[in-house]
Amino acid sequence: MEKETCTFSYCQKPEIVEVETDILIVGGGMSACGAAFESVRWAQAAEKAGKGPIKITLVDKAAMDRSGAVAMGLSAINTYMGENDPHDYVRYVRGDLMGIIREDLVFDLGRHVDDSVHNFEDWGLPIWKKDDKGHSVDGAQGLPKLRDGGTPVRSGRWQIMINGESYKVVVAEAAKKALGMENIYERVFIVKLLLDEKEENRIAAAVGFSVRENKVYIFKANAILLGCGGAVNVFRPRSVAEGQGRAWYPVWNSGSGYALGIQVGAELTMMENRFVPARFKDGYGPVGAWFLFFKAKATNALGEDYCAGENLEEAKKLYSPYAEKMGTAIRNHMMMMDMKKGKGPILMNTHTAMAELGKTMDAKQLKHLEAEAWEDFLDMCIGQAGVWAGMDIEPDQKPSEIMPTEPYLLGSHAGCAGFWVSGPDDLGAPEDWHWGYNRMSTVKGLFMMGDICGASGHKFSSGSHAEGRIAGKAAVAFVLDHKDFKPTISKSPEELAAEIYLPFEIYEKYKTYSTAPEVNPHYIKPRMLQARLQKIADEYFGGVSTWYMTSKTLLEEGLRQLQILKEDSARMAAKDLHELMRCWENYHRIWSIEAHAKHILFREETRYPGYYYRGDFLAIDDQNWKCFVNSRYDPKTGEWNCFKRDYVQLVSD
Amino acid sequence: MPSFVIAEKCDGCKAQDKTACQYICPNDLMTLNRDLMKAYNQEPDQCWECYNCVKICPQQAIEVRGYADFVPLGGNVIPMRGSDSIMWTIKFRNGKLKRFKFPIRTTPEGSIDPYAGKPEANLDNIKKPGYFTHQGEGKEMPVITQK
Repeated sequence: MEKETCTFSYCQKPEIVEVETDILIVGGGMSACGAAFESVRWAQAAEKAGKGPIKITLVDKAAMDRSGAVAMGLSAINTYMGENDPHDYVRYVRGDLMGIIREDLVFDLGRHVDDSVHNFEDWGLPIWKKDDKGHSVDGAQGLPKLRDGGTPVRSGRWQIMINGESYKVVVAEAAKKALGMENIYERVFIVKLLLDEKEENRIAAAVGFSVRENKVYIFKANAILLGCGGAVNVFRPRSVAEGQGRAWYPVWNSGSGYALGIQVGAELTMMENRFVPARFKDGYGPVGAWFLFFKAKATNALGEDYCAGENLEEAKKLYSPYAEKMGTAIRNHMMMMDMKKGKGPILMNTHTAMAELGKTMDAKQLKHLEAEAWEDFLDMCIGQAGVWAGMDIEPDQKPSEIMPTEPYLLGSHAGCAGFWVSGPDDLGAPEDWHWGYNRMSTVKGLFMMGDICGASGHKFSSGSHAEGRIAGKAAVAFVLDHKDFKPTISKSPEELAAEIYLPFEIYEKYKTYSTAPEVNPHYIKPRMLQARLQKIADEYFGGVSTWYMTSKTLLEEGLRQLQILKEDSARMAAKDLHELMRCWENYHRIWSIEAHAKHILFREETRYPGYYYRGDFLAIDDQNWKCFVNSRYDPKTGEWNCFKRDYVQLVSD
Repeated sequence: MPSFVIAEKCDGCKAQDKTACQYICPNDLMTLNRDLMKAYNQEPDQCWECYNCVKICPQQAIEVRGYADFVPLGGNVIPMRGSDSIMWTIKFRNGKLKRFKFPIRTTPEGSIDPYAGKPEANLDNIKKPGYFTHQGEGKEMPVITQK
């Protein structure tokens, strides 16, 4: 098809706003808030020492009070060391992620993270405590804070319970105060990064648009901190109508962080990794507290433990010694073994767990227990409470179904897909794992944090904040070392605006050709683009419809179809700013899933049974594949190159 | 569907400087019909049921009807968010009611001073591990010793 360009002959030309800043934070979630909090303080010190001012700007697609993965709230903080040793944290993360992580990054996070949690509590986040009788009480009862020796309520070794309805509101308030509202751009969606024209492999700018008014923004920066979320609804979800909004991870995480970094040539790592959480069916309510805190048991419909006996023996044949460690992927694998035998539905036995706990409780304590169980959903997954209300399920009366979801790409929860970054230089890591600035990618001046910082999962909310702080501080150091840099971009502001507004131009040009604007041979609307993307991913890259099964032949065919979809994305059409946002989000989704498929194709083994299977290489092959799979897209040639990097164990078994 | 606006209750936030639900929705779903001066969810199948529009609405005009893919009719979950706590009312399909109240924050909204009582950053430490907040504690950051 003929190439379309935007000359503003049909659509309105936007106002172009150019902003110059030293540091640009892209995103407004936990990592971005951490980056703001830490970097502003170091910038203040620099200014005081006569090395400033350093201008720090934040740009968020939504409103910071309720943006990112913690927008709804959370009922637990999943990473808090407390009495634990960061060495053990590394062992736990390594075990759950099937043996391959960047131990320098994970240890670094573990030694930093508690300070963020202590700050959250200072700012007003209620954290549950144990009283002197050992009973759990909510975080507003005035018991000593964690930093003053208060005892948290552990739901697992690394998790602590909170009253987290306003978790993000509190963390955002601190970040906003630190930055000053004059340095924050809300409802501006960054769609593209630009490299410097003069200096090779050097970040220079980020461009995007307001989703509320006809304005295109160009942020020129010395350093950019990328804190966008992972990629959600890249695979066809189990619920395909209204329920597709009830994604397990935030539905607005469109893989923008991956797409932005990939296109400027930042090196990726472990993009083959994905996460398929087993969650309460349909509502996708959290199971962590049920397993760890309420000690509930999951069984098949016959009441049998699906992670034992025949299933375990079978799993060991292909996945020993990982099967014995019972990581999240392996438990999924064994759950599906029973599902395939028709032994479903798989049940979380909430009722027996509550009855067991209730044996030693009086009426008041029982009531408290019931409230704790409901708060787990109401703080972070209200939709699940709605499912229970609609289906007349009371957790103390009957069990609930659990099920593995559609796949998700992310690097801060129990996944590790992301970019290859420089780590700390004091932890004995190989020399080529650190190149001067912590969490800086292979593109000079471009830092990665949270979901898109790879090979270092299990950060969760607190860890993402902590990582944002590490990156934010390093970015200030970078800016101080590169004070003379002046970003130069090769394209004119008008050219950039025309690229961003192309879906408007196409829509306005062709919309009257057909009598119903949704069906038109000249363009594709973002909704249909997403449906096609999800169908390709689901059927060729191992989604739910194939029981997560794929292979070389399937991947190659899917990638071929994805390439055509990418070509068609040059004909996306948007009728308004909201749809323009959806166009660019789905364009980002395409890049994310492309990287994912290319990595799965390269890694000739099944590293994550329960998340995906290579039917042609069904076993784990430590001999050949206990290594990182990295890749780089070359923005000059358009070529994608996958390669191995050695895994190095830094912490003993 | 999932969030929906009760026509009779919504006043388009005409007394406010901005439409509350439109301001807060993380997915840019809530929008104002300027002819009717009433808000609506423009893309219900992209709604996460995060309830932020429900919680922020000054008229309590927004509720959630569970995802039609899998939630039977008749139940609902309704919050009332105050300055320091939130009250939930859960109505089951069979009519049974449950109420819960949880704290949401221990400080007044808008009162946070992020750096109150915290040390200033010392530029000598900018390339060492640790945050500005660690400097006052006189502790070395741990390194990997169990190799």
